[in-house]
Amino acid sequence: MSLDLNPDHKVRRTQSGTVLSVQDLHVSFPSEAGPVRAVRGLSFDLAAGETMAIVGESGSGKSVTSLAIMGLHPDSARITGSIKLHGEELLGRSDAAMSKIRGNELAMIFQDPLSALTPVYTIGDQITETIQIHRNVSRAAATKQAVELLDLVGIPSPHLRVKSFPHEFSGGMRQRAMIALAIANDPDVIIADEPTTALDITIQAQVLDVLKKAQRETGAAVIMITHDLGVVAGVADRVTVMYAGRPVEQGTVDEIFYSPRMPYTIGLLGAVPRLDADVKEPLATLEGNPPSVVSLPPGCPFAPRCPMVQDNCLTIEPALAPTDKPLHTAACLYSSDIAAENRTYRDIFPIPAIPASPLERLPREERRSVLRLEQMQRHYPLMKGAVFRRRVGTVYAVDGIDLEIKEGETLGLVGESGCGKSTTILEVLNLKPPTGGTVVVFGKDVRDIGSGRERKTMRRDIQVVFQDPMASLDPRMPVFDIIAEPMGVHKVPKAEVERRVEELLSLVGLEPSHASRFPQQFSGGQRQRIGIARALALEPKLIVLDEPVSALDVSIQAGVINLLDELKAKMGLSYLFVAHDLAVVQHIADRVAVMYLGKIVEIGEVSEVFRHPTHPYTQALLSAIPIPDPHKERSRERILLKGDLPSPANPPSGCKFRTRCQRFATLSEGEQQPCLETMPELYVVGQDHHSACHYNRERQVV
Amino acid sequence: MSDQLGNKILMDSEVESAIEEVGSGDAQRPGDVRPTTKRLTRRRLILRRFLRNKLAVAGVGVWIFLILLALVGPMVSPWAFNDVDRRAYLKPPSQQHWFGTTQSGRDVLALTMQGLRKSLLIGLLVALISTTIAALVGSFAAYFGGWTERVALWVVDLLLVIPSFFLIAILVTGGPQGSSSWLLLVLLLAAFGWVLSARVVRSLTLSVKEREYVLAARFMGLAAPKVIIRHILPNISSLLIIDATLGIGGAVLAETTLAFFGFGVQPPDTSLGTLIAEGQRLATTFPWIFLAPATVLVIMVLSVNAIGDGLRDALDPNSQSGGKAA
Repeated sequence: MSLDLNPDHKVRRTQSGTVLSVQDLHVSFPSEAGPVRAVRGLSFDLAAGETMAIVGESGSGKSVTSLAIMGLHPDSARITGSIKLHGEELLGRSDAAMSKIRGNELAMIFQDPLSALTPVYTIGDQITETIQIHRNVSRAAATKQAVELLDLVGIPSPHLRVKSFPHEFSGGMRQRAMIALAIANDPDVIIADEPTTALDITIQAQVLDVLKKAQRETGAAVIMITHDLGVVAGVADRVTVMYAGRPVEQGTVDEIFYSPRMPYTIGLLGAVPRLDADVKEPLATLEGNPPSVVSLPPGCPFAPRCPMVQDNCLTIEPALAPTDKPLHTAACLYSSDIAAENRTYRDIFPIPAIPASPLERLPREERRSVLRLEQMQRHYPLMKGAVFRRRVGTVYAVDGIDLEIKEGETLGLVGESGCGKSTTILEVLNLKPPTGGTVVVFGKDVRDIGSGRERKTMRRDIQVVFQDPMASLDPRMPVFDIIAEPMGVHKVPKAEVERRVEELLSLVGLEPSHASRFPQQFSGGQRQRIGIARALALEPKLIVLDEPVSALDVSIQAGVINLLDELKAKMGLSYLFVAHDLAVVQHIADRVAVMYLGKIVEIGEVSEVFRHPTHPYTQALLSAIPIPDPHKERSRERILLKGDLPSPANPPSGCKFRTRCQRFATLSEGEQQPCLETMPELYVVGQDHHSACHYNRERQVV
Repeated sequence: MSDQLGNKILMDSEVESAIEEVGSGDAQRPGDVRPTTKRLTRRRLILRRFLRNKLAVAGVGVWIFLILLALVGPMVSPWAFNDVDRRAYLKPPSQQHWFGTTQSGRDVLALTMQGLRKSLLIGLLVALISTTIAALVGSFAAYFGGWTERVALWVVDLLLVIPSFFLIAILVTGGPQGSSSWLLLVLLLAAFGWVLSARVVRSLTLSVKEREYVLAARFMGLAAPKVIIRHILPNISSLLIIDATLGIGGAVLAETTLAFFGFGVQPPDTSLGTLIAEGQRLATTFPWIFLAPATVLVIMVLSVNAIGDGLRDALDPNSQSGGKAA
C-alpha cells in the first residue's frame, strides 16, 4: 500500500473471518397507524474483504438496516436482535460510544454526496476533521493525508482541490471525495447506500471502480445497498434480497442470478431490460405494489403479487430455508418445486403479448414524418452584471442537430446529463422557433405558426410525460381533473370528458373508480400511469417521454415499459424517448440518437448502433451499462472515460468529445490533427447508421 | 459530523417513505376499495373534506352567529348604539343594559354590535382585497418574469418605504366625510397591506412554477392566467389562507391604532377597535366596557383561524382530512 492508511495505533483485530455479524435484526418505528416494521429478522455474516449486496425496492428496509448498523436510527426506533462488530455488540451503545466507531471502523457512503458533504467547509477540512477526531495527529499531517486520499480516489491535482468546497466539485468528484472521507481511517466495514444512483452512467462506472480500489486498499468488508441488479452482478460476492422488511433470498451472486429460488427474485431478474438481450421480448411484470409494512396480513408478504400463490402461502410466512445449493437460502414454500423444474421467469410470470403495429409493416421511407429537426440550435446568452447586463458568452446547449421521427416510430435520445437532451425536448414542446435551424412538426415549420391559437391547436397532437411522477401531477387536483384538464383546454364536451377519463384510466390499467383520489394516494408506478393517461387524453400523434421510468422501481418499471409498448402498437403513436438507461432504450426504441455536448455523435437503428457501435462515446456509454449477469459482467472490458462533461459554455475546439476520448489518446500526433481542428460530420457507417468520428471503428462492448 | 449527516439522510430516506405509506397503503389494495357510486367534483371533494373538520365547522357556525348579531342585533336591541341613557352612566351589567353602559350612558351591547358590524366588514374586506392583490401581483410577477416582474417589484419596494400610517391618516381626514368614509379606510388599509405578502407569494411562485405539472399544463396549451389560477395559486393556498386569516386580525388592529389617534372610523360611528381603545383606559375599574368588545374580537379572530385551518387542510391532500379508511 502506497499510503500509510494503517497507522500503528490501530490494531487490525480481524485479518480474515467474520468482521460484522448481524443476527435476527428487527427495526420498527412508531407511527399514527401502528408500528412500522421496517426490518423483520435480517441475519448475515460479513467477512473481511467481502462485498455483500442488499437488493430490494424502496421501502423494503435496506436503508433502515444500514442506519441501524451505523447507530444513526432515530431514538423512537425499536431495535432488537444483535449487531456484532469484531464480536462486540453494537446495539444498545450510546451515541457517544458509537461516534468512536463511526468513521473509524464503520464508514458510510451516502447516495447524495451534495447533501452528505457540509457545504460551508472545504473538502480538505472535512477529511482532516474525520482523521483528527479518531487519531492524534497534527493538522499538517492530517492535511497531507487528505491530499493522498484524494489522489487515491482519482481527483486530479489533489493538492489544489483539497481547498475546494463541495459545490465546486461535480457530482462524480463529490462521490469520490465521499469515498475518500469514508476510507480516511481505514475502516473495517464500509456501507455504501445507493452510491451511484444519483450519478450518470459513465460516472457510475468510474465511481464503482474507485470503490473497488478503496476496498482493495483498506481490505474492508463492503455492504452495497442498491436496487440496480447490474451493479450487483459486477461488484457483489454475496447477495441478500429483501422484500417488505424481510430477507427473502440469500446466496452467492452466481446462485442468485443463475438459479434464483424465490419467485420475487425471479420476477425482478425478468423485469430488468437487458442490454445483452438478442431479441426483444416483453418484460416480466410483477403486478401490484409492495405491501405496506404497517399492517401486514399473515402469510408470505409477496403472496398477493405471486403468480405461484397457493392457499397455504396466505397463512404461513415462510422463513429462509436451505435450497438445493449449500449456503443458498430462500423464503418460499415452493422453492424446491422451482429447483426441481428449474423454472425461469418465463414459466412463472405472465408475459403479455404485444400486438404488432399495422404501421410497422410499412417501410420507413413511406411513413409520414411526425417530427423533423434540421440543424436545430439552442444557444443561451450568458449574462453578467446586475444593473448593466452584458453578454459575456454563449451556452451552446444544442448546437445543430438533425433528426426525424416517422409515424409509429420510437426514437431514443441518450446521453449524459448536460448533453442537451432536455433542451432538445423543451425546444420541440415549446413550438417556438429555435435560435438556429428549423423544427418541423407534422410537416409544419414552427416558424410559420402565426397565432397563439394555431400553436394551441398543434399542442393537441404533441404531449409529454415527465420523469418524476410526483412532480408532474398537481398534488392539489383529483385524478379526474388531472386527466380531464387537456380536454378542457381543447374544449371537449363535458359528457364526452366523463366517459373518456374512465376509458383512459382502464386503458392504463387503473381502477376508474379511483378518479376522485389525489395523486398522493397512488404509488410511483400508478402515478406514472396517470401521467400517461393525461398525455393520451387528446389522442396525440407524438408523445415526448422524458425519462419516464427512471424514477420507478424495477418491478414497477417493467409494467410501465410494457404499457408504453402496447399503447404504441394499439394507437400508432410515435415516441421521442429521452433516457440515460441504454438498456431501456434498447428495449423500447426503434432508432437511437446519442448526444454529446449539444451534438448528435451517433444515430441509427437501435440494434445496429448497439451491436456495432463505431463512435468512441457510444462504445464508452454501452460498456458502462452494467449487465445483470455476473459472468458476463466480470469478464467485460470496461472503457472508463476520463473526467466529466466539459461545460457547454466553453466547448473544446474541433471534435467536442476529444478531451475525454479513449481513441484520441491512442492516435499519433498527425492523426490527432483533424480531431483538434474540425468537428466530424455524421459519416455513413452502415444501413441507417451514422457516426460522427474521424476514425470510426467498430468495437464490441456488450 | 457523520451524526449530522446521518440524521439528515434519515429524514429523507426510507423511514419517511415507509411512514408515508401508512396513509395510502390501505387505500391502494384493490380488495378494500370502497365502492364510490358517484365521482365527486373538485369543489364537492373539498367541501366534504372541510366538513370532516369539526372545529372548522364550529368556526363557520360562530362566524354566522357573529354576522347575524351584527346585522339583526341592532334591530331587535331596545337600545340604539347612539342612544344615551341619562339614568345610567358607567353602570355594570343589569336587566336594562345586559353588558352595562359607558361613561356617556351608551349601551355596551348595542355599541359592541355596531362595532362588530364595522370591524367584520373592515377586517373581511381588507383581508380579502389585500390577499387577492398580493396573490395576483406576486404570482403574475414571478410567472412572467422580465419586465412584469421588475415593475411589480418597484411598486412593491416603493410601497414598502412609504410611511403608510401618515398617508392613511392624511387621506382619511382629507377625504370625504360621512357615513361611508370607512370604505376609504378599507381601501387604504388594503392598498398598503398586500406588499409584504406579495413578495412572499412571488418567491413561492418562483419555486412552484418550475414544477413539472406547471410545465405540463403549459404544454397542454393552457393560457398563462389559467395556469396561475388553477395550478400555482392552489399550491400556495396554505400561505394565502394564513395570510388572509392573519390579515383580518391585522386589519382590525390597524383600524384600532388609527382610531386611537383619531383617524379611524369617525364618531358617532364606532368599531371594535375604537371601543377597545376607549375601554382600555378604564379596564381595571370598569372592566365591562372593555371586556365585551375584546371578547367578541377574540371570538371573531379564533373562529376565522379555525375556518382557515379547516380550509387549508381540505385543500391539502397530504392532510388527515381524507377521513379514516373504514
